[in-house]
Amino acid sequence: MALDFSLDPGSEIDGFRILDQIGEGGMATIHRVSKEGIKLPMVMKAPKLAFGSHPGFFVGFEVEQMVLAALSGPHVPWFIAKGKLETNPYIVMEHIEGPLLQDYVDQAVAIPEIARLVSALATAVHDLHRQNVIHLDIKPGNVLYRASGEAVLIDFGLARHSSLPDLLETAFDELAGSTAYLSPEQVRKVRSDPRSDIFAIGVILYQLSTGQLPFGAPTTSRGCRQRLYLDPIPPRCIKPDLPEWLQEITLHCLEARSADRYLTAAQVAYDLNNPQQVTITERGTRLKRAGFLTVARRWLAGFRQEPAACPPPAAHISGAPLILVALDTKNIDVALYQAVRDAVRRVVVGEAQSRITCATVLEFSMLAGGGSNHDMDTANNQYTQCLMELRRWASPLALSDERARFLVLDSTDPVDALVEYAKLNHVDHIIMGARGRSAMRWLLGNVAYKVATQAPCSVTVVRVPTE
Amino acid sequence: MRFAILSDIHSNLEALEACLAHACAQQAEMYVFLGDLVGYGADPVACLDRIETLAQQGALVVKGNHDEAALSGLCEDMEFTAREAIYWTRAQLGQKQRDFLQSLPYVVKIADTCYVHASADHPERWTYITEPKLAASSMKAAQTRFTFSGHIHDPTLFYTTQRANPEVFYPTPGVPISLSSLRQWLVIVGSVGQPRDGNNAACYAIMDRRQDQLTYFRVPYDHASAAKKILAAGLPPSLAQRLEKGH
Repeated sequence: MALDFSLDPGSEIDGFRILDQIGEGGMATIHRVSKEGIKLPMVMKAPKLAFGSHPGFFVGFEVEQMVLAALSGPHVPWFIAKGKLETNPYIVMEHIEGPLLQDYVDQAVAIPEIARLVSALATAVHDLHRQNVIHLDIKPGNVLYRASGEAVLIDFGLARHSSLPDLLETAFDELAGSTAYLSPEQVRKVRSDPRSDIFAIGVILYQLSTGQLPFGAPTTSRGCRQRLYLDPIPPRCIKPDLPEWLQEITLHCLEARSADRYLTAAQVAYDLNNPQQVTITERGTRLKRAGFLTVARRWLAGFRQEPAACPPPAAHISGAPLILVALDTKNIDVALYQAVRDAVRRVVVGEAQSRITCATVLEFSMLAGGGSNHDMDTANNQYTQCLMELRRWASPLALSDERARFLVLDSTDPVDALVEYAKLNHVDHIIMGARGRSAMRWLLGNVAYKVATQAPCSVTVVRVPTE
Repeated sequence: MRFAILSDIHSNLEALEACLAHACAQQAEMYVFLGDLVGYGADPVACLDRIETLAQQGALVVKGNHDEAALSGLCEDMEFTAREAIYWTRAQLGQKQRDFLQSLPYVVKIADTCYVHASADHPERWTYITEPKLAASSMKAAQTRFTFSGHIHDPTLFYTTQRANPEVFYPTPGVPISLSSLRQWLVIVGSVGQPRDGNNAACYAIMDRRQDQLTYFRVPYDHASAAKKILAAGLPPSLAQRLEKGH
């Protein structure tokens, strides 16, 4: 059955003039369109076949209309209009030029570039999860980049919004999605775990860094089930020069049990942005796959194991916040240090999955600016001294290596450095002291006040009570 | 057009007024009452007069089983507290209120929408839609794209799929749901005056026909006053406690 509206260049639907066709997928065609009064470049996506031609296929279109209309922000194309499903089903959305992540797949991409591309992708996925949507079809063909470097996710035909009816739950008897990127829980038909998207990010990292797919692209559901118990060949076996941190991040994303993966996509972005801070475990260094016994044990366990229920994405993420603690290591105020520590302790106890980054800002480049060996030594000493100071401050909190990070930011402007860092790394909450008693306050202005007004997240300013 | 759809008011004036004020702030243009205007609560006359005035201004109203019981009958199929409340209600109603209740139809069908208290399949049997199969027979009998009903007090949404039985969805308050035109939808809007899902806030829904978007709302109201009136009227105390707990 064909559609009863024309998509030929020059024809018009609801005021949208069709310009030309720029893409074609298995299920839909993409056309550039224009409309009077709208300057934004736009595309129209229309299904190739009409309703009734294939049961599962049209549902995807229904779902995309529903989910895309509920999403906002820079990481999804701007939703503009939709047509009536019975007569002229279409979606008009912002046209994003690209490049497509797919364009990088067959190239040799340098490691810092892989980290940048995938960190931007993880940021976009995190933003989606914040809006209670799981994409469930993350693959290089569905990721575009804006000129600013921000990633944009497209194709929401398999997505699930936790507050909307899941029309797809019963639509397919077969597996839906690109088999190479399906998570083990998706293979088991679970559609409610946001960490499925993190698994797909892991597949993409693996693919970009090794040129291979970790589990191939099986055509049967039996082939897909292998990923429930077999682990992939460690990337460093394929490319020995890959850094351990990259293997660590990749295999952490690819853990078979979703509970063993990163909790949030923000944590993936964080580690890709800060590779020097990644804790290398056995995952990062291993050079062979799990032995027969381990695989057999997992295989057997698979029969007993029922997939655990997962809270809605936004609730899941808010249970694993990233806390940035900003300390002034130059003007140590013992009472204030204690007060900040108490504030952090409350958060640490309340949120068992929280991660803490302890940071300070140092004018490192200025110190080293003289260029002489003496200047460099002084700067390095100061840098180390700051790190030691941060660790000493945190030691009474007894945080595990998994949860704590220590960081010296190099900048002449502490406000800028902290705010930028918080933006880039999806910090959920900043805790810092009010530098009330410092003699420098009048000169520098109040850092805490400025951070509180400019930060993209909640800020707690801790003050020592005065009489 | 934005329709505010309210059901199972059960003589709870505080909850009714809170929902009407909320719907007004949501720019509702049309009101629909899906029955069980009386029963359980202490304000049958005030509620009926309020709803009758709205009906004169164009609101749609259908009859519920408690409305029917308040007119006549032995109510033998009702549990004890419900029956007590019905007998008490009968004593409160004047001719005006009885005439209004008497005038209510079981079903109202307008274009692609059916409004009914319980099931569109033999409405007078007051079937509780407790499973997808029963939702299917209501939708089948209605033959409309949308069926709105109450009776079971828990907000629930059923929709047809390729399979034999419809799927069920429990909505999140405040999140608009686009109802695709390719399916039939059975919307159970929850209860204004006697929520029973553990949330003591009043429940109703708004359907925006411009975009076919449905939004459920929970509206906190002064349940303590409503409960006090129930006790003062000498109605079973459990009916007062129920409002506080919302179950």
